[in-house]
Amino acid sequence: MTEEILRVRGLRKRFPGVVALDGVDFDLRPGEVHVLLGENGAGKSTLIKMLSGAYHPDEGTIFMDGRETAIRTAEDAQRHGIATIYQEFNLVPQLTVAENLMLGRPPRRFGFVDKKAMYRHAQELLDRVGVDADPRAPLASLGIARMQMVEIAKALGLDARVLIMDEPTAVLTTSEVQRLFTIVRQLKEQGVAIVFITHHLEEIAQIGDRVTVLRDGASVAEVPADTPEEELVRLMVGRSIDQQYPRERSTQGAPLLEVRGLTRKGVFEDVSFEVRAGEVVGLAGLVGAGRTEVVRAIFGADPYDSGEVLVDGLPLPRGKVTAALEAGLGLVPEDRKGQGLVLGANIRENLGLVTMRRATHGGFVDRAGQAKAAAEVAEQLGVRMSGLGQEVRTLSGGNQQKIVIGKWLLAEANVLILDEPTRGIDVGAKVEIYQLINSLTAAGRAVLMISSDLPEVLGMSDRVLVMARGRLAGELSAAEATQDSVMALAVGELEETA
Amino acid sequence: MTTGTLRLRKGSSILSENGSLIGLVVLLVALTLLSGDFLTVTNLLNVGVQAAVTAILAFGQTFVIITSGIDLSVGAVAALSAVVLAWTATSHGMAWPLATGFALIVGIACGLVNGALITYGKLPPFIATLAMQGIARGLGLVISQGSPIALPDSVSHVGDTIGGYLPVPAIVMLLMGVITAVVLNRTYAGRAMYAIGGNEEAARLSGIKVTRQKLITYALAGGFAAVAGIVLAGRLASAQPQAALGYELDAIAAVVIGGASLSGGKGKALGTFVGALILAVLRNGLNLLSVSAFWQQVVIGIVIALAVLLDTLRRRQAS
Repeated sequence: MTEEILRVRGLRKRFPGVVALDGVDFDLRPGEVHVLLGENGAGKSTLIKMLSGAYHPDEGTIFMDGRETAIRTAEDAQRHGIATIYQEFNLVPQLTVAENLMLGRPPRRFGFVDKKAMYRHAQELLDRVGVDADPRAPLASLGIARMQMVEIAKALGLDARVLIMDEPTAVLTTSEVQRLFTIVRQLKEQGVAIVFITHHLEEIAQIGDRVTVLRDGASVAEVPADTPEEELVRLMVGRSIDQQYPRERSTQGAPLLEVRGLTRKGVFEDVSFEVRAGEVVGLAGLVGAGRTEVVRAIFGADPYDSGEVLVDGLPLPRGKVTAALEAGLGLVPEDRKGQGLVLGANIRENLGLVTMRRATHGGFVDRAGQAKAAAEVAEQLGVRMSGLGQEVRTLSGGNQQKIVIGKWLLAEANVLILDEPTRGIDVGAKVEIYQLINSLTAAGRAVLMISSDLPEVLGMSDRVLVMARGRLAGELSAAEATQDSVMALAVGELEETA
Repeated sequence: MTTGTLRLRKGSSILSENGSLIGLVVLLVALTLLSGDFLTVTNLLNVGVQAAVTAILAFGQTFVIITSGIDLSVGAVAALSAVVLAWTATSHGMAWPLATGFALIVGIACGLVNGALITYGKLPPFIATLAMQGIARGLGLVISQGSPIALPDSVSHVGDTIGGYLPVPAIVMLLMGVITAVVLNRTYAGRAMYAIGGNEEAARLSGIKVTRQKLITYALAGGFAAVAGIVLAGRLASAQPQAALGYELDAIAAVVIGGASLSGGKGKALGTFVGALILAVLRNGLNLLSVSAFWQQVVIGIVIALAVLLDTLRRRQAS
């Protein structure tokens, strides 16, 4: 057995009011992928922040190469060869790829940046991760997948021996994930030790060697990566979740949302479909197929060139969020933090954001009424919080998403558009959101759900629409929809036109 | 959780939210000890009068800063409104309520133009309001032909006292402060300001009409600037086109000392009030201690830096 490069024993960390870590043991060998698994709030982030020098443990020890070590700053972590790739990249979009790769330490000659050496070295790093990108191109011109590869290349440039990856697959498409895995395997062969965080259980057996499960701040088990998924879920939540996708089909009524020939030049074309009362329609497709753009146009957040949108049979004016909202549409956007929430405001404020207009009389907001309504919906959604006055920034991803959905529940939206509703959310919270979808459709409301998580689309939709390259590539009934049939439609059009 | 820790947390949050209040108290105690003239009714009322113009401008600025904007035109708009008031009341013989109303409308109109440039024109607030600063200052000079216009007696009462005791500027300041607190806490416009400043896109997707609310915000700042201008003219008994020069920076300083964040979403009427008082008390105290005007600027600069520095440190500790 190989010597451990990193070993953590009995790590504890308290924050005012909460114990974030309560005894974590963890170790890592060179050339292995060690998966960290746990619900949001289980302590994964706290642990990796300690390994990267952002937090200091209250108790416990960290050993590097068998020697007790204190990692006090980011520089300490770097010196030990620990590099962390966070979900929010540490990159500067305006700079070139090469400048990003050598951020803060560009090669110098006579005090000036040696551009030739910089581009050469950058190319070497890019080759090492096998990503096809021009070192001279501005980083912003790269898609999110290649940006991530640049982030990995940057870590390698720092001679990382330990690479911590925080949900690297959350924003990637299936094929991009496979490419990432190829790179991860290469890094393994080069002896890099990798800590891998993911919420996608099916990825664990593909890429992992060992799994450490965290629950409530403590490490509860260390198991091999080929442990069955049900067992992993049981370890993670401390109970078994019988049904991951508890869709209860409800009787369908009249169409609530009708979209006819919706077109925005160069973005999406001739998109037509309807969503009926009591129905969940899944909108599948590759990232970049135009799904988010279509639903934003429907909701009035972005303009479109032609076509029409009807709610309850009545046409909606173009590009008017307020009109969409009054007609009974609600949008839970893809980017929860950037578009769904006012992070610095509290739960009460965020829940009341949509209903505030209605609760205003003579310019004054009925704040007591708003607070009461917020308390009820927070209770109904089972938001785990210290109180309605808690800043939403400090909530876990799942609870934040409940707040975004909650504001539309309060607004009594009849047609709810959910864009990637469970991205970055732990299994327990996911099921709660699915149950919420069930109760909405049971009450005769309609749900249009974009998701890149195929099992989720298949598990929850009554009907699946597949988009490819800005067009509707096809429609599948729940019976027809399988991973293969959906992917065939999502990719098919791509190959035809390419 | 036990009630003990809850109470503790509540107590410490009151402290941390009103750090500037502690600063003000420290300043008051220190000046009382250093100067025998400080803690007298006359002097304190004097401080109130001195704080009034900055505080009123700062209240208006608070709205803007909460939406993560900035208004560099408030000083110039105050001067322009004052000039308009004096000009309409003297050369056109307008009755003072009418003239005052007219001055207010000019202030609000300037604010609306700011808002339109920012929303429809997509100019950064810094640039739009910098342009308005030049325009308003210039228009004031044009109308007044560059020299002060004396106010008719009917109008200069604004600078007087009620019953020879209570200074009107200080009363107007308190009134505007209360209006600010009510707008921010109770009205749709105020709550929308926090949402827009906290996350404009989330606010828009929640059905808040961002363009309209920003217009309202800048119009309020313009209106408050007009009130400040009227108060200033009343105090000076004349409208001076070059008055309130650089006051926008004092107003911004007061808002920031009061705990608002220039990145938006945070700010309170009480905080701004305390911020404006700190600046006024400091100036007054330094005068009483015969510190030269040159050194006063240095001290005030240091205080602004310290206030914001402490605030940042406190936030970092809290998170």
